[in-house]
Amino acid sequence: MSLPFPSRLRVSRRALILGSLAAMAARPAPAQAPRRIVSVGGAITEILYRLGHQDEIVGVDTTSLYPAEAMRTKKSVGYVRALGAEGVLSLQPTLVLALDGAGPPDVLRILEQAGVPLTRVPDDPSREGVIRKIEIIARAVGAQDEGAALIREVEGGFSKLTEERNAVTRPVRALFVLSLQNGRPMVGGRGTTADAILSLAGATNAASALDGWKPLSDEGVIAAAPEAVVMMAHGPSGAGTDPFTLPAFASTPAAKDHRLVVMDGLYLLGFGPRTPAAAGDLMTALRQAPRR
Amino acid sequence: MKAASPAHAGLQGLRTRPLDQRVPIVLGGLALLLVAVSLVSLGLGAVGIPVGRVIDALASAFPGAPAAPPGDALVVLQVRLPRLLLGLLVGAGLAVSGTLMQGLFRNPLADPAIVGVSTGAALAAAVVIVMGPRWFGAVPFLALPVGAFCGCLIATLFLYLIATRDGRTSIATMLLGGVAFGALAWAFMGFLSYLSNDQQLRDLNFWSMGSLSGSTWAKTAAVAPFILPAMALMPFLARGLNALSLGEAEAFHLGLPVQRVKAAAILLVAVMVGASVAAAGIIGFVGIIVPHTLRVLTGADHRLLLPASALLGGALLVGADSFARTVVAPAEMPIGILTAIIGAPFFLWLLLGRQRGIGA
Repeated sequence: MSLPFPSRLRVSRRALILGSLAAMAARPAPAQAPRRIVSVGGAITEILYRLGHQDEIVGVDTTSLYPAEAMRTKKSVGYVRALGAEGVLSLQPTLVLALDGAGPPDVLRILEQAGVPLTRVPDDPSREGVIRKIEIIARAVGAQDEGAALIREVEGGFSKLTEERNAVTRPVRALFVLSLQNGRPMVGGRGTTADAILSLAGATNAASALDGWKPLSDEGVIAAAPEAVVMMAHGPSGAGTDPFTLPAFASTPAAKDHRLVVMDGLYLLGFGPRTPAAAGDLMTALRQAPRR
Repeated sequence: MKAASPAHAGLQGLRTRPLDQRVPIVLGGLALLLVAVSLVSLGLGAVGIPVGRVIDALASAFPGAPAAPPGDALVVLQVRLPRLLLGLLVGAGLAVSGTLMQGLFRNPLADPAIVGVSTGAALAAAVVIVMGPRWFGAVPFLALPVGAFCGCLIATLFLYLIATRDGRTSIATMLLGGVAFGALAWAFMGFLSYLSNDQQLRDLNFWSMGSLSGSTWAKTAAVAPFILPAMALMPFLARGLNALSLGEAEAFHLGLPVQRVKAAAILLVAVMVGASVAAAGIIGFVGIIVPHTLRVLTGADHRLLLPASALLGGALLVGADSFARTVVAPAEMPIGILTAIIGAPFFLWLLLGRQRGIGA
C-alpha cells in the first residue's frame, strides 16, 4: 500500500497547489480582504503591535507574552516548537510569521504546501538581529514606513545605550541564572541570549567559560565569582528563590552587597524592539546594586 | 515471585484446541470500531469541515472523481489522512509489541515503555539527533528509524539476557532490570542534552513526550515498511507464544523451536517499537491497556489476541489523537501525556487487581 497510494497523491498534491493558487487568484484584490496573521514568536508579536498591525493577528504562540493583551485576545496555536498543522490552518491565515526554531519542521512544510505564505524570521541576539527582524516583518505586512520609524527609534536606543556603555569604567562581572531548581543553578554561557544582553549592558559574563545553557556546580559558582546575579521574574511575585540563601552564592562577591537583579524574561531575552531599553535597565540595575 | 498468570490453568491444551466461535464476532466488532474511530478522526479537526465535504475530499484523491475545494482536499488528504494512517500503524505496532512482550516474558506487566525498551529506542534516536550533525554534518533521512530500531533491539536483548537464567525468565529480574536499564538510558539522555544546543534540547524534550503532530505521507511511508511486514509475520508466532505460556521446558517438550520463537518475537518488537518511536516519540501504556482489555474480552489465546491487539491498538491511538488535537484547538496536546493519563491509573488498577486475585 505504501507505493501506489502516496505517488498517486503526490500527483494530486501538485493539482491541489495549482488549485489553491487559482483559488487565490480568483479572490478579490488582497487589499480589500483583511490580512490574517499567525505570529509564532514573542518578538514577532511585539513588533507587529509596534507596527500597528495587531488587529490583523488571528493567532499567537504561547511565548507571545507581551503585550499581555495578545494572549488574552488572540487564539493560541500552542508552544512555538509544537505547532499543529491543522490548528494553524483552521485560523485561515494569509500570513504565518515564524521565528527561527519554530516547528516542528514537518508542520511548517505542510503549511507551505497548503499555499500559506510563510515568512521565517531569523533570531540573532544582537543589535543587527533586532533591526533585521523589524525589517523582515515590516516588509511582510507592507508597513515599510512604520518599520523605518521603528528602526530609527530602536537604532536611537542602541546608540544611546552604546554611549552609556562607553561611560562604564569597570564592567560588572554578572552571572545570569535561568533557573534555580533544587538549588542547582542553570546559567547562561557563551552564545546564549543571556550572554548577548549582558554584553549589551556593559557587563562581563561570569560564566563565559561555558558554552550554552549549562548547570553550574557549587564550586563553579564560587570560581565564577560574580559581582551580581541576574535572574528572570517568575510570575508576579518575582524570583522564586533568593540565591544568596544558598551556601555557594553566599560566598560570592555579589552576596556582600546583595546584588540581585530580577527582570522579566521576554523583556531581557526576547531581542525585540524593547531590547535597548531592557539592556539600559539592566545596566542601571547592575550599577545601582539594590540593597535589601 | 511466582511466574503465575491468572489464565495459566486455562491455557492447557490451547495449542491444539480450535478457536471458539467468538472469534469472528470479536475481530469483526473490533474492525468496526476501528473503522468508526477512523471516520470520526477524519471528520474531526480544528478546521471545521462538514461530513459531506470530507467525503468529497476523500473521493477527489481517486482519478476521475470531481475535484473538491482545494482547502478541504488539503486538510483531509495531506493533514488528517497521513496522520490517521501513522496513528493506526504506531498504535497497532505498540499494542502488538506489548502483547508479544507479555507473551514472551510470561508477564502481564511487560510494556515497551515500562520495561525500558522504548527508552532504549529513544536514547538511540537522541544520539542521532544530537550527534548526527557532528558526525555526518546533518541527520540522514533513514538514520532516525534505523537508530531507534537498533536501540530497541539492544534494549530488548539486554533485558532478555539479564532476566533469563537456565532457560527461565525471571519476572522480578526483568522488571527491575528494565527499571535499571531505563535509568541508565535516561542518564545518557541527560548527558546528551548536556551536549546539545538550545534547539536540539527542545527537540529532545518535545520528542520524548510523544506526538503525532507533523505526520506526513513521507513519514507514514517510512514507517509502513517496518510495521506492516512485522504484522504479517505476527500470526506465525501465535502458537509458539501459546505454548511458551506453559513454560519454556513444557514448550520445548511440545516440540516447539523455543529459541527461534523467542528470537523472532524480540526482533518483531524491536522493529515495531523502533519504527513507532522514531516516527512519534515515546507513547506509553498502549501496550498495557490494549492486551489487558482484550484478555478480559477474549481470553489469552494469542491466535486471537495478536490480531485483536492490532485492531484495538490502532483504534485507541487514533481515538486518543483525535482528542489530543481538538481539545485545545488550534493548539494541540502531546498524545504521550494523554495515554499516560489514561494508562498509569489503569496500570495501578491492574497491579491492585492482581494482588487481590492472587490473594497476597
